[in-house]
Amino acid sequence: MNIPPVSVGPPALQIRGVRKTYGQVRALDGLSFDIQQGEFFGLLGPNGAGKSTLISIISGLIRADEGTVAVLGHDTVNDWRAARRQLGVVPQELVFDPFFKVVDLLRIQAGYYGCGKEVWPWIDEMLERLELGNKRTAMMRTLSGGMKRRVLIAQALVHKPPVVILDEPTAGVDVELRRTLWRFMRDLHAKGTTVVLTTHYLEEAQEMCDRIAIVDKGSVRVVETTEALLNRHPFRFLTLKLANGAAMPGHLAELVTSQKGDAVELKLDRERHPIASVFASLKAVGIEIADVSTREPDLEDIFVELTAKPGAVS
Amino acid sequence: MSPNQLGFYTLLKKEVMRFWSVLGQTVTAPVLTALLYLLVFAQALQGRVVSGYDGISYTQFLLPGLVMMTVLQNAFSNTSSSLAQSKVNGNIVFVLMAPIGHWEIFFAYVGAALVRALLVALAMLAVAGPMVGLPIAHPLALLAMFLLAGSALAVLGIIAGIVSTKFDHLAAFSNFIITPLSFLSGVFYSVHSLPEPWFTASHLNPFFYMIDGFRYGFFGHADVSIWLSLGWTFGFFVLMASICMWMLVTGYKLRK
Repeated sequence: MNIPPVSVGPPALQIRGVRKTYGQVRALDGLSFDIQQGEFFGLLGPNGAGKSTLISIISGLIRADEGTVAVLGHDTVNDWRAARRQLGVVPQELVFDPFFKVVDLLRIQAGYYGCGKEVWPWIDEMLERLELGNKRTAMMRTLSGGMKRRVLIAQALVHKPPVVILDEPTAGVDVELRRTLWRFMRDLHAKGTTVVLTTHYLEEAQEMCDRIAIVDKGSVRVVETTEALLNRHPFRFLTLKLANGAAMPGHLAELVTSQKGDAVELKLDRERHPIASVFASLKAVGIEIADVSTREPDLEDIFVELTAKPGAVS
Repeated sequence: MSPNQLGFYTLLKKEVMRFWSVLGQTVTAPVLTALLYLLVFAQALQGRVVSGYDGISYTQFLLPGLVMMTVLQNAFSNTSSSLAQSKVNGNIVFVLMAPIGHWEIFFAYVGAALVRALLVALAMLAVAGPMVGLPIAHPLALLAMFLLAGSALAVLGIIAGIVSTKFDHLAAFSNFIITPLSFLSGVFYSVHSLPEPWFTASHLNPFFYMIDGFRYGFFGHADVSIWLSLGWTFGFFVLMASICMWMLVTGYKLRK
């Protein structure tokens, strides 16, 4: 696990009291948090939590009703040109301009940000790194979904932004692309780029992110380092196979969270239900254990816990 | 805040590349259609209809109007189809997320539409001009009318592209606004030959002044004063540009 860097200078992203309402639906309800320079930050939440709305506000596609957002100290409304120059966004949808070749599209995108021929070698490098080298003169409309996704990523990085937002970049893509992408993003992060990631693959967030914000119903439930987030969970999981097909005794049955075949998983409070006490209880009623394994909670357990109980964690 | 000159130039170039990549559809086809109009109307009406201008044949009278009508339709079509397509495809986000300002977007789209309109006009004049024997009396008036009228329709195209959320809306703009105003603008006849109330109605159609002023550039005289045509066209451009800039600044139907 990476340790969050000590930031020098303004936050990569400073989000203050951002509200957005669509009719009667409150998409964002006064969101406030900072993302420091050099972080690999995870923005997680269920569908409709407000993640994409927040990203659209940061990138200037949506205007907030209230609140401010600054990218490296540049306000996205009052100093929008400088703010946008610092930012690269990979949109969630597979959007593309069908009229152009891959390399032309990337050069055009660079031009939008005021970058000329000086970034062409970087474009060539990205094409190779993202395994698009043999597609540089292919028309966009002829590419597969995975290839288009790679081009989207290259488009976001073409002007070498110090802050990159990836909105579910691995949704529906194969393992190979996922590995290529994460290798590439790790390298960029190691060179100082701030990376903000939204994903539904929580194991990705757990593996990649220094710090995580969990957003639900337009509010931030928690912002913590990934490690602290995992440690705050008071439970661990114990999987048992009982000998001779014995049933779980009544007082332990209420701790069962799932059953697969003859394997039963119990969710144990570290303080109130030590594993030894479970074994002792089973022994006391004469039940023998055929097999046993334990599992520490992962991000998915925390995520379910936090998003199932709105307001439970500040 | 300093402008993004390279961003503007890139967007302009991209818009030119966009129509250039389908040149047969965006330039050749409208030129061919306009030349067919010229051929059919000239063959059918030459000798039966008088131009109303001394020393000017009906075919000579017809060509400038057809050129301007094609300029107007293509300037509108370039901006409107590009924007509508970008919105429907979703790739408009790449322009909206970039550090490109409202005026830069405005001038880039209008500039590219003028390039396409100029290509169409030059192609028509190059093919039909020598055959018809078209004089050029006031080149500056021609240039001014081309720039103002082409820009006005390019801006109307931006408005249509912003307002439209599907291609049906765009087709409605074209079918119910652009085509009727084009055909009722005196392209095929002098408005002096019209009875009331059509004569008065024609004078409320901004396309009439665009075509009449353009015709003045070739023949040195027209149905109304060149200054009136310039005034109407400039006024229409300012009105369209004001609406368009309001949309771009407020993010109307672009930034939610």
